Amino acid sequence: MFLIPDDFFSRAIIAGIGFTLVAGPLGCFVIWQRLAYLGEAMAHSALLGIALAIVLDINLMVGVFSICLLIAFVLSRVNSDSFLSGDSVLGIMSHSTLAIGLVLISFMYWIRVDVLDFLFGNIISVTWLEIAMIYMASAVALGIIVFRWRAMIGLTVDEQIAAAEGLQPNQTRILLMILLAGTIAIAMKIVGIILTVALLIIPAATARQVAKTPEQMATFAVAFGSASVVGGMFMSLEFDTPPGPSIVVFALLLFLSMATAMLMRKRSQERT
Amino acid sequence: MKDDFDNSVLAKLQSVGVRRNNRWLVRDIDLTMRRGEIVSLIGPNGSGKTTVTKILAGSLQPDFGSVQRPPNIKIGYVPQSVTLDSTLPMTVQRLMDVPQPVDRSELFEVLTELDIQHLANSSVQKLSGGEFQRALLARALLRKPDLLILDEPTQGLDVHGETLLFSRIANIRDRMNCGILIVRHDLHLVMVQTDTVVCMNVHICCRGTPERVQKDEAYLNLFGAKAFETRALYSHLHDHDHGLDGSIRDL
Repeated sequence: MFLIPDDFFSRAIIAGIGFTLVAGPLGCFVIWQRLAYLGEAMAHSALLGIALAIVLDINLMVGVFSICLLIAFVLSRVNSDSFLSGDSVLGIMSHSTLAIGLVLISFMYWIRVDVLDFLFGNIISVTWLEIAMIYMASAVALGIIVFRWRAMIGLTVDEQIAAAEGLQPNQTRILLMILLAGTIAIAMKIVGIILTVALLIIPAATARQVAKTPEQMATFAVAFGSASVVGGMFMSLEFDTPPGPSIVVFALLLFLSMATAMLMRKRSQERT
Repeated sequence: MKDDFDNSVLAKLQSVGVRRNNRWLVRDIDLTMRRGEIVSLIGPNGSGKTTVTKILAGSLQPDFGSVQRPPNIKIGYVPQSVTLDSTLPMTVQRLMDVPQPVDRSELFEVLTELDIQHLANSSVQKLSGGEFQRALLARALLRKPDLLILDEPTQGLDVHGETLLFSRIANIRDRMNCGILIVRHDLHLVMVQTDTVVCMNVHICCRGTPERVQKDEAYLNLFGAKAFETRALYSHLHDHDHGLDGSIRDL
């Protein structure tokens, strides 16, 4: 049992990598299906989930997961006949759930809640129990993604084809929403509400630049995400910066280096 | 009811109707698709052609009428004008594996038949409209469909490209013995191998067989002699007319 070092730094890295296992492929779907803003709204609503979980005395991740699902459900009821467009409804829900969450927590005088921990994550306080929960949730989510991968790619390529050929695109879309809600529930502890979507999108965006197939993109996104966790944690240790934001900054550095490298390669190909 | 429901029937619609928001999208549609038959479904924009294809494919349940489909009929669907999101990395070869992986040698056979084998490793987003259309057709064919639905397959093609595509579709029918439904909004020119032309505008206006075009000098000069090896004219026999709102008026 001494193979795994038991200090806050290693625990943080192990927890972060557990998250990127599912954030990689799911981040790809967020990019492909333009769900970034929905993810943002879900993440913001997480604070309301936390407040309700404290009131009801249930697990925080369960609270966040439920509220995220509710957001997805409400949004799925908005259609082209509604008097507000989907992005307006998202905007209303995203910020009002965050505000309600903050207001509710301010009432809770009997419990000391550090809101900053939830907004920016507190990966270095992650416990082994939480790590176990993160890996279990990741394993389930990853299993579902692998099992339904063909239908998910079919939906992404073209919804009409998927419908005509019996791939049940609506069912698949609901599944993706549930997975997104679950991922956000996990991410809250690691990078916090504000930075969750960044850790979904940035590694996948880095992967897009080198991938030729959807499978490559998902795999590379996991690799870049894990590298960001490790790099960000060392950055945080070295410069005494907050871990969550450091991970996102490191992910961005990877993205920018990749973009620069691709640009230079393109330039040199054009010259020859 | 079952006497005319033989093994060759892929889908049989009887008095099918779909009503949405107090409007008929389609009504009283009788249509039977059989193995080895090519049906051209023609009609103006908004006439409900796509609704009929959805019912045939089983992705839309009609509100009225009956649909008989043998279980496990495999549909190959080629939609009109798909654009693949540029964020999705996808090569032609990988596209062929949507949704299930297919045999590599068959894959290259089909790509070769449709003249896109040299693009196998190209990114789908870099293809021209015609090349992408053929890639989508190849993908549908590799599923070995029982019923192939082509929605405006010749959109964006010139007369020459259309001629080539039509002759290939005829080959496909002969080789794979599948039923083919070609949806078009061109009301007058249909593929010459079409067995039945169905003209619809919410309901079915008329149906019949295409006529081989006379070697009319004017047509030949206009389209070239080769064009009519694959095309035929369809003369409509309507006993009614439509108002601008789609309402039916007796002639």
